[in-house]
Amino acid sequence: MSDADTLSHSLPAASAVEEEPSHPAYRHQFDDMAQQFEASHLGMWVFLITEIMFFGGLFGGYTIYRSLYHEAFADTSQYMNIVLGAFNTSVLIASSLTMALAVHAAQTGLQKPLVRFLLATMALGSVFLVIKYFEYSEKFHHHHFPGPNFHYEGPWARQAEILFSFYFVMTGMHALHMVVGIGLLSYLVWKASKRVFDATYYTPVEMIGLYWHFVDIVWIFLFPLLYLIGPHHMGGHS
Amino acid sequence: MKHHVVPRKHYYLVFLALLCLTGTTVAANFVDVGGLNLLIALCIAFTKASLVVLIFMNVRFSSPLTKLFVAAGLFWLFTLILLTFSDYVSRGWIPTPQPWQESPNRNVDNPALH
Amino acid sequence: MSTVPVAPPPPPRTAAPVNYLSVSHSVRSWLLTADHKRIAILFLVSISFFFVLGGFAATLVRLELVTPRGDLLSDDGYNKAFTAHGIVMIFFFLIPSIPATLGNFLLPIMIGARDLAFPKVNLLSWYIFMIGGVIALSAMFLGGVDTGWTFYTPYSSTYSNQWVSLTVIGLFLAGFSSILTGLNFIVTVHTMRAPGMTWHRLPLFVWAAYATSLIQVLATPVVAITLLLVAVERTLRIGFFDPALGGDPVLFQHLFWFYSHPAVYIMILPGMGVINELVTCFSRKRIFGYEAIAAAHVALAVLGFFVWGHHMFVSGQSIYAGMVFSILTFAVAIPSAIKVFNWTATMFRGSISYDTPMLYTFGFIGLFTIGGLTGLPLASLGADVHFSDTYFVVAHFHYIMVGGMVLAYLGGLHFWWPKMTGRLYPEGWAKFAALVVFVGFNLTFFPQFLLGYLGMPRRYHAYPEEFQVLHVLSSAGASILAVGFIIPVVYFLWSLRSGPPAPANPWGAKGLEWEATASPPVTENFADTPVVTEPAYNYASEREPEIV
Repeated sequence: MSDADTLSHSLPAASAVEEEPSHPAYRHQFDDMAQQFEASHLGMWVFLITEIMFFGGLFGGYTIYRSLYHEAFADTSQYMNIVLGAFNTSVLIASSLTMALAVHAAQTGLQKPLVRFLLATMALGSVFLVIKYFEYSEKFHHHHFPGPNFHYEGPWARQAEILFSFYFVMTGMHALHMVVGIGLLSYLVWKASKRVFDATYYTPVEMIGLYWHFVDIVWIFLFPLLYLIGPHHMGGHS
Repeated sequence: MKHHVVPRKHYYLVFLALLCLTGTTVAANFVDVGGLNLLIALCIAFTKASLVVLIFMNVRFSSPLTKLFVAAGLFWLFTLILLTFSDYVSRGWIPTPQPWQESPNRNVDNPALH
Repeated sequence: MSTVPVAPPPPPRTAAPVNYLSVSHSVRSWLLTADHKRIAILFLVSISFFFVLGGFAATLVRLELVTPRGDLLSDDGYNKAFTAHGIVMIFFFLIPSIPATLGNFLLPIMIGARDLAFPKVNLLSWYIFMIGGVIALSAMFLGGVDTGWTFYTPYSSTYSNQWVSLTVIGLFLAGFSSILTGLNFIVTVHTMRAPGMTWHRLPLFVWAAYATSLIQVLATPVVAITLLLVAVERTLRIGFFDPALGGDPVLFQHLFWFYSHPAVYIMILPGMGVINELVTCFSRKRIFGYEAIAAAHVALAVLGFFVWGHHMFVSGQSIYAGMVFSILTFAVAIPSAIKVFNWTATMFRGSISYDTPMLYTFGFIGLFTIGGLTGLPLASLGADVHFSDTYFVVAHFHYIMVGGMVLAYLGGLHFWWPKMTGRLYPEGWAKFAALVVFVGFNLTFFPQFLLGYLGMPRRYHAYPEEFQVLHVLSSAGASILAVGFIIPVVYFLWSLRSGPPAPANPWGAKGLEWEATASPPVTENFADTPVVTEPAYNYASEREPEIV
C-alpha cells in the first residue's frame, strides 16, 4: 500500500515526539506535524467525496428527468439567464484563482498577499451570491419558483416545474456551500491577520482551499446542465 | 512538511484556459448539432473540472492515495447515475401492460413508457 | 501480535491506578470528552436506550399479532409501531451499534494509536446523533409516522401526515453522524498505524471497520439528499417523486436503496469483523485465510453498491435492469461464503473453548448462513415475485440483522467487556443468556419463514386464522428473546460494581488491545507507542497444549 513506506520511517518520528509538540497547532494524538497534515489532507478529501455523492444524488435525479423530458427541459432552459450564468461562472473561476494564489502565498510565507487574496476570494464569492440573488428574484417575479404559485405558459408546465425544482435545489445547495465557504474564509482572514500561518504550517488554508475549489467544480457542471440545455438561439428569452 | 509549490504562472494559465472553455461552452450552445450538444458541454465541463482538480487542488502532485480517493469518488458517482439510468433506458424495451395509460388523471407524457 | 516496548518497559499493569474511566468523574468531563473510549461509552449508553425503545415497539407489534383480529392496536397504530421499530432499530441502533461503540473503542487501540485522527469530530458525531435521535423520537411521540422505515414515495411525500418531514430531518442528522464516524476511521487507519502495523498485520476487525467506513462515506450522502428532497417535496408540494406532478416514485426507490442496501453491509460487516476476532481467539489458532477474509470484507463493501435493484423487482423497474441486479446479487454470495468457510476452517482442529463470546460466534455463523442462503431465492427474479413483501423477507433480514449483527454485537460486548470496564461478568449467567437468546431468536423468526412461504404479507395487523399458530409461536419466541436480552443487562450492570477485576488479558488473546495496554486502558491507550513485530493472530507461536 502507498503509505506502507511512510510507516517505516515513522520509527524515528516516534522518538521525535518530544520536540515536535512545540508548534501551537500540534494535536496530541499525532506523532508529528507531518502525520497531522497527512491526516487533515486525507480527511478533507474523504469529506469532499461525501460531497460528491451528496450532489451526486441530485445529478442522478436530474439525469433521469432530463432524459425523460428532454424537449420540455430544452424549452424551459430559455428562461435561464445565460448571460448572468456565464458571468457568474467566470466570477467563480476567478475566485478559485485567488484562492489558489492565497494557498501559494501561505506556502511561501507571504503574509500580506495571503490576507489580500483571501479577501479577494471572499469578495468574488459575495459577487456570485449577489448575482444569484438577482437571478432568483427574477424567477420569483415570473412565478418560476416551484410550488403553489408556479406558472408556466405552454404544454410543458409540469416538466418545467421539475426542472425549476432541480434548479432551485441544486443552485440553492451550491449557494449554501458558498455561504459556508465565505464563513470559513473569514475565519482564515482572522487567523491570517494574526500571522498564524507560515511556510511550515498552513493546513487550514489549504483545506479550505480544497473545499472552495470543490464548490467551484460543482458550479462548472451546474452551469451547462441547467443553463445550456438544448441549443439556444440568439434573441430568445433571457 | 514537504509540499510541491506550483509556480504562480501555472495558476494564471489555468485561469485563462478555464475562461476560454467557459466561452467555448456558451458559444457551442448556440450551434445546433443535435444530441452532440450535451456531449460537447459535458466534455468541456470535465476538462474544466480536471484542470481545477489537477492544478488548483494540486492532485497532480499529491500522493497516489489521494488520487485513488478522487478516482473512487468519481467511480461511485458514475455507478449511481449509470445503474439508475440503466433502468430507465431499458424500461421501454419490451411492451408491458400499462393500465394507467387510460387514466384521465394522467397528464404527463412519459416517453420512457412508449 | 506481541509487542516490543520501545523504550523503558511499561509500568506494572496492576499498579496503573488512573485509567480512562477514573481520570475524572464529573458529568462535564464526559460530555466534553475527546477520548475515543469515553465517546464509545457515550454511544453504548445511547444506543442501548434506543434498543430498548425499538424493542418496545417490536413488543407492541408481536402482541398485536397474537390474535388474527386487530384488537390491540388500530391499523394506524400498528403502522406507526412497526415504523418506529424499523427506524429506531436501523438508524439508531444497528448502524451505529458496532462501529460507534466497539469500533470507536477498539480501532485506535488495535492499530496502536493514541486516539482517532479527529477526536473532536468524533464527539461532534455523538452530538449530531443525539440531536437527530431526539428529533426523530419527538416526531414519533408527537404524532407518529406510518410510512415504514423506507419512506416510499408518493406515500411519504403526498399522503402521510406532517411528522414525516421532522423524522426525515432527524435521520438526515443521524446520517451525518455516521459519515463523520466513517471519515474518522478511514483517515485513522490510513495515517495513524503504529510502527510495524502494516496492512497485512491489521486485525480483521479493523479491515471490517474500514470497509464499513467506505460504505458510510460513499452511500450515506445519497440518502441524505434523497430524504431532503422528500422534505422539500412535502413543503413546496412539488413533484420530484409524485407521478401526478410528473415525478417518478421509482426514482426515490433507486436513490433510497443506493444507500439502504449498502447500509445492510454497514450493519453486518462490523459483526463479521467481531466474529473474526472471536473465532480465532477461542480456537487458539491463526485465522484461516487472513488475506482472503480481508479481501472479502472490501469486496462485500464494493459489491454491495451494485445490487440495490433487487429490492425493486416488483416496483416497475425494467426487467432488464432486474436481471443485471439479480446476477450481481448472486455474486455477493461469494465473499460471504468465503468468510463462513474460513471461520469454519479456523475452528477445524483448533482447541476450541466454549466461553460466552464463542457461543455467540457459533450462533452467528449458523444464523448468518441461514439468513444468507434465504437471500438467494429473494435474489431470483421469479421467486421474488412470490416472496416479495411477505414474512419470508422479514425473517430473512432478521436472520442477518439480529441473528447476525446483534449476536456478533453481544459476543463482542462480552469479549471486550473486561477491557472496556475492567470487570469480569459472571460466566454461567452469560452462557445461559446466550442460550436463551439463541432459542428465543429461532423461535421468533423461523416460523416467519413458513408464514412468508405460505403467503402472509408483512405490515398487516390482522390476518386469516390459519396463520395464528405460527404467529403465536413467533410472539412466544419474542418474549423468550426479550428475557435473553434482559439477563445481560442485569449482570453487566452488576459487574460494573461487583464484578471481579479483570486482568489485562483475561482470554489470553492476541492483539494490541490485550497485550499492550491495561484493563481498562489509560487515557492515551499506551504508555509508549507500541512497535508491532508479528502478524495478527500469531497463536501458533504459543505452545499449544497448555492453553486453556
